[in-house]
Amino acid sequence: MNHLPLIIKREYLNKVKNKSFIIMTFLSPLIMIALISVVAYLLQLNTNKKRTISILDESGLFSEVFINTENITYNYSNNTALSSAKAVVKEKEQYGLLYIGKGDLETVSETIQFYSEESPSLTIISSLENKIERKLRDLKLVANGLDSEQIKASRANVNISQETFDGQKSSKIDNILKLAFGGISGYLLFMFIIIYGNMIMRSVIEEKTSRIIEIIISSVKPIQLMMGKIIGTSLAGVTQFAIWIILLGILSTIVSMIFGVDLMSAQGQQQELVQQAMDNSSVQNEINLVVQSFQNLPLANLIVAFLLFFIGGYLLYSSLYAAIGAAVDNETDTQQFMLPILMPLILAVYVGVFTVIEDPHGTVSTVFSFIPFTSPVVMLMRIPFGVPLWQQLVSLLLLIGTFTSTVWFAAKIYRVGILMYGKKASYKELFKWLKY
Amino acid sequence: MNKLLVADSVSKDYGDFRALNQVSIAVPKGSIFGLLGPNGAGKTTLIRIINQITMPDEGKVILDGQPLQQEHIKDIGYLPEERGLYKSMKVGEQALYLAQLKGMSKSEAKKQLKLWFDKFEIGDWWNKKIQELSKGQAQKIQFIVTVLHKPKLLIFDEPFSGFDPINANLIKDEILKLREEGSTVIFSTHRMESVEELCDHIALIHKSNKVLDGNLIDIKRQYKSNTFEVGLKSSNSQTVINEIKNKFVVLPATFKNVYDDVKLNVKITPEISPNDLLSFLTSKAEVHHFVEVIPSANDIFIKTVKNN
Repeated sequence: MNHLPLIIKREYLNKVKNKSFIIMTFLSPLIMIALISVVAYLLQLNTNKKRTISILDESGLFSEVFINTENITYNYSNNTALSSAKAVVKEKEQYGLLYIGKGDLETVSETIQFYSEESPSLTIISSLENKIERKLRDLKLVANGLDSEQIKASRANVNISQETFDGQKSSKIDNILKLAFGGISGYLLFMFIIIYGNMIMRSVIEEKTSRIIEIIISSVKPIQLMMGKIIGTSLAGVTQFAIWIILLGILSTIVSMIFGVDLMSAQGQQQELVQQAMDNSSVQNEINLVVQSFQNLPLANLIVAFLLFFIGGYLLYSSLYAAIGAAVDNETDTQQFMLPILMPLILAVYVGVFTVIEDPHGTVSTVFSFIPFTSPVVMLMRIPFGVPLWQQLVSLLLLIGTFTSTVWFAAKIYRVGILMYGKKASYKELFKWLKY
Repeated sequence: MNKLLVADSVSKDYGDFRALNQVSIAVPKGSIFGLLGPNGAGKTTLIRIINQITMPDEGKVILDGQPLQQEHIKDIGYLPEERGLYKSMKVGEQALYLAQLKGMSKSEAKKQLKLWFDKFEIGDWWNKKIQELSKGQAQKIQFIVTVLHKPKLLIFDEPFSGFDPINANLIKDEILKLREEGSTVIFSTHRMESVEELCDHIALIHKSNKVLDGNLIDIKRQYKSNTFEVGLKSSNSQTVINEIKNKFVVLPATFKNVYDDVKLNVKITPEISPNDLLSFLTSKAEVHHFVEVIPSANDIFIKTVKNN
């Protein structure tokens, strides 16, 4: 008698019909959008603040450099002493005073100083520095006999295009896209394991505390019940994730339509800088590059690998969660067993974030993409950068081997643990159960 | 084949602890079989082995002539001692789910459930959640779920705990009715009065070993001590007592009788028939009370456990 579909159905419906599950499903995107909106709003508030900066330029070299922008007004105050200029700035509650002393091209840079009430924002200072540096460079070039046309012509914008030996092309944008892809899938798996692994654990504990377990177990094999639970809960998880993604899409469209807030413009300041940097290259060109990069991604490989590693990694961890649920009587007792599960997971994410970005094919990321407990997350992050098929296969085989044994191991603990009441299991005890 | 279930030298170890040691029982078809024993004796382990929840390390179990296997799950109905239901699931859904796990089709399960719900007059519980029911009400649902698929073998572990006397009686009557319809019942309990009332056969497990089994009446015959309660009406009771004492072993008596001029427990040796005792008594005085002392299940239980 195969009861697996029946159990899966019950677990799925039980989760999906649960009130708090429904509330979480529909509330979470709302909360998330609200949070993002608040953050975006606050950021905008910050950048939109009108500031006035006075400039006292005794050298006279920088008369045309500081041009008012939307948020910053530059106010040249010439022919005043530094002390009185400071007093004026202070009195008018301006943001600060940029003082440029007397000097020629070589010495002027040492005289520059910024006075303000509070320590100034880093971005403003670096933007001022940029402007001064550029002007000084131009002036020096002119002094060396170049004219301004020549200087303009000398500016270049380089985007190194990369190509592997077997002809796979990539670029910087490619890399960003790959990072995004890998990062999102790795992080998604991480979140999925933690959220739904916990849910499985709680559902096992619930069966123990409600004492229905012995009734069920007299009808089905424990491993069937465990697998049914894992699959049913995962399907509920997939449903929830899908709803979240759809809702997030809809909500963010609505929000941006209503408030006219382009959520992405939260990084307005960065955009400004980017635009400055892209003086010469057109935006259209960039968009083309992104599209091209997207097409460059090994999409088929990505999708297949995502599915396999996602399922493998999820099964590996969720069976452990089920075993923990079986080993304890209530949720508070789970702590001692949670750490060994969370450690490799967190490690995987850190390895993924820090080493894969640095060097997707380096020793650390390669090794961790083989170790089964970290491989799903790390490998998912590496794959967009092109991982040789043999590596993917070996890693996958290792993963399958390991999850088969953890499922077996979990089933053993599960089988004994679900019938143990009122006992707080220790690791020693768990080890004994394996031999029953 | 008149044995529905035979367990043959079943042993089970948990680590260093031997939970069952070479235990054999044979449950006749259509009987109510009492599985008795103190706490922690190994009853639950044996029941779990019969339910294929755990596997025996040694020995085998035969159900209806076949070695125990997966297909037998639908032939067994089990009401565990530690029992409960999904608290947040509706009564009807839950009962249907559990019935389907026992191999019933959904429509058949629905039909049978309706019959039982009508019988217990609880039809309006169908859409309630378990957490809205009292403990006794939930136990009723558990009982129904246990017997719903009409299994050949029913195993009840402390079925009456949690029931008030009225409902306990209701359940007892249903168990007897199920037996009449052909089910065999294994019944594990500490309540000896219900053993007395219900069981035909018993097995007593103590410290992982079976120490006693058989037909309850045979066991009682075996355990009786040829002692008779004697109540006589006599005007010179002391003489009569002395005459009896000279001839038989006399023990103090506690029974109640309307005439207690002479009130004794008289023990006779196996060679003497009760008739001899009776005719001796009638020759001495008027006999108003003459009853053989039969050990109760409770006496047998305590005696056996203490002796081991």
